[in-house]
Amino acid sequence: MSLLEVKNLKVHFPVKHGLFSRVRAHVKAVDDVSFEIEPGETLGLVGESGCGKTTLGRAIVKLTEPTSGNILFDGNDIADMSGAEMHSVRRGLQMIFQDPVGSLNPRMTVEEIIGEASDIHRLAPDSVSRGNRIRKLLESVGLNETHAARYPHEFSGGQRQRIGIARALAVEPKLIVCDEPVSALDVSVQAQIINLLQDLQAQHGLAFLFIAHDLAVVKHISQRVMVMYLGKIVELGSSSAVVEEPKHPYTQALISAVPVVDPDSKRQRIVLPGDVPSPIHPPGGCPFHPRCPIAQDRCKAEVPALREITPGHWGACHFAK
Amino acid sequence: MANLLEIKNLQLEFGVGANAVRVVDGVSLNIAPGETVCLVGESGCGKSVTALSIARLISTPPARYVGGEILLNGRDVLKMGKNDLRNIRGGVVSYIFQEPSASLNPVFRVGRQIKESLKLHRPGIATDAEVIRLLKLVGISAPESRIQDYPFQMSGGMQQRVMIAMALASQPKLLVADEPTTALDVTIQAQILELLRELKERLGMSILLITHNLGIVGDIADKVAVMYAGQIVELAPALDLLRRPLHPYTKALMNSVPQISGGPKRLEAIGGSVPSPGNYPPGCRFFPRCPTAQPPCEKTIPELVEVEPNRWVRSLYATRLGSGNPEAKTGETESRKSAAS
Repeated sequence: MSLLEVKNLKVHFPVKHGLFSRVRAHVKAVDDVSFEIEPGETLGLVGESGCGKTTLGRAIVKLTEPTSGNILFDGNDIADMSGAEMHSVRRGLQMIFQDPVGSLNPRMTVEEIIGEASDIHRLAPDSVSRGNRIRKLLESVGLNETHAARYPHEFSGGQRQRIGIARALAVEPKLIVCDEPVSALDVSVQAQIINLLQDLQAQHGLAFLFIAHDLAVVKHISQRVMVMYLGKIVELGSSSAVVEEPKHPYTQALISAVPVVDPDSKRQRIVLPGDVPSPIHPPGGCPFHPRCPIAQDRCKAEVPALREITPGHWGACHFAK
Repeated sequence: MANLLEIKNLQLEFGVGANAVRVVDGVSLNIAPGETVCLVGESGCGKSVTALSIARLISTPPARYVGGEILLNGRDVLKMGKNDLRNIRGGVVSYIFQEPSASLNPVFRVGRQIKESLKLHRPGIATDAEVIRLLKLVGISAPESRIQDYPFQMSGGMQQRVMIAMALASQPKLLVADEPTTALDVTIQAQILELLRELKERLGMSILLITHNLGIVGDIADKVAVMYAGQIVELAPALDLLRRPLHPYTKALMNSVPQISGGPKRLEAIGGSVPSPGNYPPGCRFFPRCPTAQPPCEKTIPELVEVEPNRWVRSLYATRLGSGNPEAKTGETESRKSAAS
């Protein structure tokens, strides 16, 4: 059984205008998305800003209420659960945020930040075991107990992200949604955090939903990769298959646009025209057709379904082979 | 050919007395006409203040130029008066920045903002027609209607194109682009880089591009300077540097970034974090994080030496890193010998 199973998930935000805040339109941030995550697996999620990847991540942890669809975590549907019912589920389901400054309370010490999580779930019966727990957590993310009494502002960006990771680990989760965990960090520190996440995964058998806009980072850390465009999944497959034989023209363009350090790589650059369309008024038919280099008349009318093109490799394009 | 820009031993401090922090320490860099130079480094390494110094955009105080000179067309920017500075800002050097939405004025239409630059520098042709021509040049479709737009009506990529149009309005000799694509998505980043490359060819201007992304370097640069903690640690032709980085920091930086074509092998992370200005180690500033550091690196300050033609490296072991240039001049011959033995 999959650890997480998302079925036809939709998250729509109303756009309100005018005198009585009438709802004029909906932003379809996540539109009919289905996928699974196996225990211990890393599923990468890439897409450009505004494609709905962060909303999808937040909806899974129920920081954003889904509009419709099912989210089966460990077999239980959490999509319609109330806050109180979510309490026990959250122990298995944690999140790491992009901005390590904004996601740590500046008035709490590291000990309070990490301890709060285990207090809520009553994981430490007394203060001695609580202290031990916090020390172990700090050590597991490469910090030590001398850091416990300090405040977040006393740490560098990479260390703050480590604190955020320790907080997520404090409740021994099975799945962590990592929302752009390295994009706010210096280049030389990114690798430390990526390695740390991989080590922790191996030790604790964690599953990750790893959200990022950097395809190279996602490919590096994930077993499978999912590409989103305008709220829809356009491609899903093993990371090597998606990067080496992308089926969808958007993925192809995305990969060719990634800057490559090696000056001798023979790459054909596909420069896409235009911008990502507004998700309030997405184009009819295939959402990618206005920018697509191979679009035909059919693409303007017919929405392509996500179909299995080769075993385990899904794409949403009429012409994908 | 004479260089358009020569930065010589630039030293810049913030703060006074005991609190003075030297954020740029002895940076030297030349840019020839039509050349694209990339300045690569992590946040806080001094790359932006170096670039802003070219048009004296850093206010003094709080900053203080302690030494060095910035020769733009042979004249020292650091000694210029107000009128001369006005003339070179825009007239010789134009800037584009990381966040186009923060650089554009939100309450004026973009056409008017571009025209403002024209009025200052080329008053004879401060017309709608010229604004439209500039917008066409930077690849904005339907520019006739777009000049009536406010910045918020445009996407990030379009706003950056408007910024470029504004920078080009004054026909500069040098375009300084400070992380121009960092705030943009990869597909839009590819568009803007393509545009910069094309404009450079067409207009024959020089570009100084500041980035933290080594991947961009191979796409656009002729020459690269890698900065670390206020100093240039490696300076080389772009392709040579990417094919064979010499300084341990450049190597480590390249190895720590996952490559899209790379295998699943573990990343070689650089330990520790970037030292903050004012807390630089006494010897080599990369010493505490360097995987190949030797005992002398802790105390001895390395010089930037030419280890091969056009390849400069700041390391006590520079000659060993290069293919061996016996002419390499270094003030640290003694310590180098003792360390090598």
